[in-house]
Amino acid sequence: MKILVCISHVPDTTSKINFTDENSRFDTQGVQFVINPNDEFGLTRAMWFKDKQGATVHVVNVGGPETEPTLRKALAIGADEAIRVNTFAKDGFFVAKQLAHVVKDGNYDLVLGGRESIDYNGGMVPGMISKLTGFNFINTCISLEVEGSNAIAAREIDGGKEIISTTLPLIVGGQKGIVQEADLRIPNMRGIMQARSKPLKVIEPVDSNSEINMDSFTKPDAKGSVKLVDNVNDLVELLHNEAKVI
Amino acid sequence: MSVLVYTESEEGKFKKIAFEAVSYAKGIANILGTSVTAVSINGNQTDQLGKYGASKVLSVSSDKLKNFNASAYADVIAQAVEQEAANIVVISSSANCKYLAPLLAINMEAGYVPNVIELPSSVAPFKIKSNVFSNKAFANSEITTEKKLIGLAKNAFGIVENETSSIEENFSPVISEDDLHTKVTSMEKSNDKITIADADIVVSGGRGLKGPENWGMIEELAETLGAATACSKPVSDLGWRPHSEHVGQTGKPVSSNLYIAIGISGAIQHLAGVNSSKVKVVINSDSEAPFFKAADYGIVGDAFEYVPQLIEKLKEFKSNNA
Repeated sequence: MKILVCISHVPDTTSKINFTDENSRFDTQGVQFVINPNDEFGLTRAMWFKDKQGATVHVVNVGGPETEPTLRKALAIGADEAIRVNTFAKDGFFVAKQLAHVVKDGNYDLVLGGRESIDYNGGMVPGMISKLTGFNFINTCISLEVEGSNAIAAREIDGGKEIISTTLPLIVGGQKGIVQEADLRIPNMRGIMQARSKPLKVIEPVDSNSEINMDSFTKPDAKGSVKLVDNVNDLVELLHNEAKVI
Repeated sequence: MSVLVYTESEEGKFKKIAFEAVSYAKGIANILGTSVTAVSINGNQTDQLGKYGASKVLSVSSDKLKNFNASAYADVIAQAVEQEAANIVVISSSANCKYLAPLLAINMEAGYVPNVIELPSSVAPFKIKSNVFSNKAFANSEITTEKKLIGLAKNAFGIVENETSSIEENFSPVISEDDLHTKVTSMEKSNDKITIADADIVVSGGRGLKGPENWGMIEELAETLGAATACSKPVSDLGWRPHSEHVGQTGKPVSSNLYIAIGISGAIQHLAGVNSSKVKVVINSDSEAPFFKAADYGIVGDAFEYVPQLIEKLKEFKSNNA
């Protein structure tokens, strides 16, 4: 089985969110970048398929050279090969077009992405790739087993889960549950050393338009400070008369 | 040229987010001087949609679509878009809608913006504001394609009544066998409880509650308020509560009217998942808990003392306001 894991290079959750160039783009100064958490769950599941079922695992990112440390980290965790599509990720559609090309070109059986990236929260790339490639698609996936060309997955739904049976080729939008938090792997020294000599291919983008221009960003108004009360009578009174939520 | 809106239902019953989506679609239709057409898949009582501004309802009844199937549902909506020659499509932000939206966007060659919070600030060019960075910022985007797909964030616009005389038309789309390659084989769902996705109020507990045996008062508080129960990540990781209750960045998102956090310190990953709730209340014995900075109302104190008092007070409040 040949697996491709789509890796989004995102600011760490604790990053300060600021914008630059007249609020037209995210200010990366002082920001630590990480593998998007939802993608990391998928990558870890891919490692399981590698260890238990002999799968080959490639990782891919659409972005400039600055994203390479994130791809190297994925290699250090255990991926066999990395691909970087050398372009600026203009919008979700543009990224999906690039990735669909990589998917078709590489004859992958299984593509693992995340439910959404924690930066732009688009949640659209895996679904778009599925439509562009004709792969089956399962989103908000919380468990995945593959046997031959059959796959059994669980999908989180409002108030529970559903079990889905489908076939490869398949693309999945994963999240916590596809592996547990405790299963996530921290690269060890050996992995980091090996990652240095693993292939990281840089390929040029295919032609594609973009559909969305994120022209500018704003931040919410500073929140007023919390109103502290010392008894439940005042709290209920405030929730009823001031906040009007009960 | 109407504005098309997909109205999600479950077991025939329209969800509240469907009414909100129709209300929003009506807002756009008013700007453009056009009308709203709703698409319903196996929904009953479609006349309810007129109340929020739908002039026409395309009603699909099909056994093949009994279980949600993103690919098939997206194809059905795309066929409705084509029939109506609609350029603007509105959908909600439920798990199902977010599943089908990217498929629909490719189907209809539309630029898609999810997590939208307001009506467009201009329609030519088409500019729209959405939540990004886990609600820590807003993006002002231009959709440059002719067709546009808008995913409305839950609870961002609200349900607005706009009584409109509405006609229902049966709509019989072609359902391709290719769409049915993913099959739901079973479902586990607690039907007796309000889900976090549907709830107006969510009561959430953290590690400060010391152990799963202490959740009785959380459940009682939730029941008193007609709320859903939720929990922080450590609580679900420890197995005190099911994973389906975990809210936060890697868990379920919450955008309720009222979010009550009890014994939750408010780690940044937790706040990222709940900060689009309108009003946040924190009860925590640690006055330094970061959640107090993000909350609207707070009590610094022992949950085991205050929560039972709060339940009593709310019961009294409810009987006085019934």
